[in-house]
Amino acid sequence: MPVLQDILVGIRSDVDIVLARQQGRAMAASIGFSATDATLIATAISELARNIVTYARHGEVMMRGEETTHTKGIVIIARDSGPGIRNIHDVLRDGYSTSGGLGLGLPGVRRLMDEFVIESELQQGTTVTVKKWLK
Amino acid sequence: MEVPILKQGRFLIATIQAALSDADLVQLRRALIDKVIHFRSNGVIVDVTALDVMDSFATRTLRDITNVIRLRGAETVIVGIQPEVAFTMVQLGLTMEGVATALDLEEGLAHLQQRAARST
Repeated sequence: MPVLQDILVGIRSDVDIVLARQQGRAMAASIGFSATDATLIATAISELARNIVTYARHGEVMMRGEETTHTKGIVIIARDSGPGIRNIHDVLRDGYSTSGGLGLGLPGVRRLMDEFVIESELQQGTTVTVKKWLK
Repeated sequence: MEVPILKQGRFLIATIQAALSDADLVQLRRALIDKVIHFRSNGVIVDVTALDVMDSFATRTLRDITNVIRLRGAETVIVGIQPEVAFTMVQLGLTMEGVATALDLEEGLAHLQQRAARST
């Protein structure tokens, strides 16, 4: 696989959400993901970037290709230095929302991707790392 | 990017032509509801063929549009949800319960015409 440049998208407004998911879709396609998987990945990025705008106002989304001996995939890291999440168990539950949304954001993203790690500290910020592998 | 809204008799047709930001979606909601009131429309089609991502915000906004327009006595049909988008929405847990959907513009119009014929 040609070496893919890491992509970093600063997230400050709803326009950046669109930019981030378009870049993610392009990267997913160049790694070799199907149209369906590229859509899953772009949608996951959209949800993660929107969380940043909604809860932390600004942050960034980093995307990079990753290769193991067996397969390759895409890694997406959504990072902010916002208020952090008090109870991570709650936000991973379907239907939980503090913003008046559908409450499907993070649990939905978890379903779309193969790996999902969330780290959050109050007043420090939140980092969500997700991965999807080529099948 | 503003979504053009076409008036055709008592129907309105909004054709999304490119990726929409949240602000664009909110603008579409306002414009459609205003026009439904202004023209006393009884049917609305929102063509989402060009949308390559329907996330929770887009889904919620389209559902809101449909619900408000229904309270005005009009029906909204969402047409053109792409197969990959439909698959992703289901995985994500997003549903369009209570929202009429159709394969494309032609079938959407047929749905609205049948409904209009029933009510006259």
